[in-house]
Amino acid sequence: MTLNDVCNLVSGKVICGESRLNDEISHAFASDLLSDVLTVKTNHFMLITGLANLQCIRTAEMSDISYILIARNKSVTDEMRELASENNILLIVSPFSLFKCSGILYSAGIKPVY
Amino acid sequence: MYFEYFVEGGDFTNAGYASSQIKKHLKELGVDPSVIKRSVIALYEAEVNIVAHAYRGKIKIFINKNGVKMLLEDEGPGIADVGLAMKKGFSTASEAVREMGFGAGMGLPNINENSDSFNIDTVVGKGTTLEIIINF
Repeated sequence: MTLNDVCNLVSGKVICGESRLNDEISHAFASDLLSDVLTVKTNHFMLITGLANLQCIRTAEMSDISYILIARNKSVTDEMRELASENNILLIVSPFSLFKCSGILYSAGIKPVY
Repeated sequence: MYFEYFVEGGDFTNAGYASSQIKKHLKELGVDPSVIKRSVIALYEAEVNIVAHAYRGKIKIFINKNGVKMLLEDEGPGIADVGLAMKKGFSTASEAVREMGFGAGMGLPNINENSDSFNIDTVVGKGTTLEIIINF
């Protein structure tokens, strides 16, 4: 599935990283606990989170995560957008809850990391 | 190569800056991506620990052809029971730190898991020094 498909499925709005919308994704990990995200050993997955802060983007940077989906229309600060852009991270915001985003994407074939 | 960074306790806006810079340097040096990831995750966990627990700290990074040595020296409360701190799930982090997505008692064990050598030197009431070594 492309990130563009993901975006459409969750009625998402792209904040930055549009150039990655045609990338393919097969796995996702949903968490509000950055400490947990930092223990994930694989690279090519999308992070689905309800946590909208700068450290969320830093965590993605360190973990080589290129795609972040933020649930519940949480506001993205300029600093977050700048840091995500700097690291070529695609940032999508969805009005749906973490549960709904995860459920829709799981039903559409996105696999869990664990 | 040697790099040095200062970290302010409580400054979550800049937490991760040093780790980000080191990631760029390791990339420029052509280090294997999986080794870069282990290095920067260990460093980032340790950097966040200074921000979350200490008053201030200094990060010293030594890179040579064999690997990277990272020293994180902080002035802070120290760790009363290192054995307990190394246990998954144990944390003394504040509610504010937990709200940011940290403080789940996973940091030190994760540093240990990602490093080839990990030492903690701590004095209660003075501070903590972490030595993390990752081989290329």
